[in-house]
Amino acid sequence: MKENQYVLAIETSCDETAVAIVKNETELVTNIVASQIESHKRFGGVVPEIASRHHIEQMTITLEEALSDAGMTLDDMDAITVTEGPGLVGALLVGVNAAKSIAFSKDKPLVGVHHIAGHIYANRLEKEFEFPLLSLVVSGGHTELVLMREHGSFEIIGETRDDAAGEAYDKVARTLKLPYPGGPQIDRLAQEGEETIDFPRAWLEDGSYDFSFSGLKSAVINRLHKAKQRDEYLKPEDVAASFQASVVDVLSTKAYRAAEEYGVKQMIVAGGVAANKGLRAALKEKFKDSETELLIPPLHLCTDNAAMIAAAGAVAFNQGHRAGWDLNANPGLDLELYGSRKHNSK
Amino acid sequence: MNILAIDTSNYVMGVAVLKEGAVAGEYVTNIKKNHSIRLMPAIDQVMKETGTKPEDLDRIAVAHGPGSYTGVRIGLTTAKTMAWSLGIPVVGVSSLEAVARQGAFFPGYVCPFFDARRGLVYTGLYRADMTIEKAEQNILMKDWLNQLKDLGEPILFLSQDLKVHEEQIKDILGEQAVLPNAPYQYARPSIIASSAQELEPGPLHELVPNYLRLPEAEAKWLEQQEKK
Ligand SMILES: [Zn+2]
Repeated sequence: MKENQYVLAIETSCDETAVAIVKNETELVTNIVASQIESHKRFGGVVPEIASRHHIEQMTITLEEALSDAGMTLDDMDAITVTEGPGLVGALLVGVNAAKSIAFSKDKPLVGVHHIAGHIYANRLEKEFEFPLLSLVVSGGHTELVLMREHGSFEIIGETRDDAAGEAYDKVARTLKLPYPGGPQIDRLAQEGEETIDFPRAWLEDGSYDFSFSGLKSAVINRLHKAKQRDEYLKPEDVAASFQASVVDVLSTKAYRAAEEYGVKQMIVAGGVAANKGLRAALKEKFKDSETELLIPPLHLCTDNAAMIAAAGAVAFNQGHRAGWDLNANPGLDLELYGSRKHNSK
Repeated sequence: MNILAIDTSNYVMGVAVLKEGAVAGEYVTNIKKNHSIRLMPAIDQVMKETGTKPEDLDRIAVAHGPGSYTGVRIGLTTAKTMAWSLGIPVVGVSSLEAVARQGAFFPGYVCPFFDARRGLVYTGLYRADMTIEKAEQNILMKDWLNQLKDLGEPILFLSQDLKVHEEQIKDILGEQAVLPNAPYQYARPSIIASSAQELEPGPLHELVPNYLRLPEAEAKWLEQQEKK
């Protein structure tokens, strides 16, 4: 690696158009995020076609803002990295084609990055990794426990069998008629309520690190339905607190058990739901006497951003990974496969 | 002036390099598949074979729709971001006009169209000198043809989707309609490049696709707002 290495990253997998620059793998130079959340609010969720339309309107503006914020030019960049997947295909396509265009025009190396690898690597902008480490990835589309024995290698030891945790939050929020996005709303209500309803916890079979949230989601919806039929008043704060208690209990308990079993040095929380106050508190409590160091990224690195893609992309780049001009959006990109692909090209 | 032209707005994927007004190279395929994978390798090939480096370019031209939403965005993202990276202007050319120019020497009106499903088309009407007679729109083909009938003059129809609408065109317009064979029915990127040469480039960030249609979710939402 030369003395100072700069990596530019583009992330457009969902409803944020984001560009960032990271220096020497771990130092954040700039992190610009153009959020579309206001535009999608009226539909109660992200509309893929509208997301794609916003991305193309915002792409070059966001790129320019990032460079001017950093006081740098494209010539200063050593690599162009981009989220290749998973995500919404039309949204990903804007970022992928923008990244290819920069790399081609300025004759720079191009690297495709897995979105979840990015979420995990967001933490490395705060604290150096120590292997082996475990990452609990929780977002609107993902609930996974990922074991990393070294840089760029990802082993999924547990994942959701149905809904992602974030999805369950959104559905319960909709039932409680909370505005979009529902996750933070439930978290806020839960802080004001008490766990008065005993919702089920899906532990699954002994020793499994998999998750399941669809049963819990149905239990909440059924309970609300029953209350309505009986004219019984349930405080939304208490429903939110009871629902959240079930989710964070399962997440933090399984994360803790896995950390013990694999003897990991660090436990990293990643993804949008890592911003959840209830989850943060439960994990802190579980790990307070543990040998394993618990790392939770600051809020601006939990939600989708390009700094995390730059952080993961810089490592991939330094491990020798390169994409060709035929790089495509890959909405179903597999994390383990992505990791092994990188190793093969070392 | 050296111009790179890009068109991925419909079935055709086209790349051309124009140098001082002459066509140096042109690459066209007519398969609506994998534009995202194949576009940059095609640009790389045409640029290499014509001995053009990215920094030799003075302008980028792009077909900005209407057409396939995704296709239009692939071409436009590439054109805008290349132009932005190189610090040169980008010019958008209507995908319909690009097709219309294939009929630039026809004595009468030229009508390019793209099928937009459920009897609808994206279309517009051009005179032989490429001035616009009827603005681009998303309209029922039947209504459009009845409007054209009133013009009374011969009309050249240019479209890859001719087969879908051929019967109706002949039914309504009879002898008034002229339907050429395949090579005239799609846009050529070199024609997009030469049109772009004449145009005044606008602000780069403001170049956006011309979809001619709202996203379905937004159309429904607006409908509901009106009912309220
Ligand atoms: Zn994410």
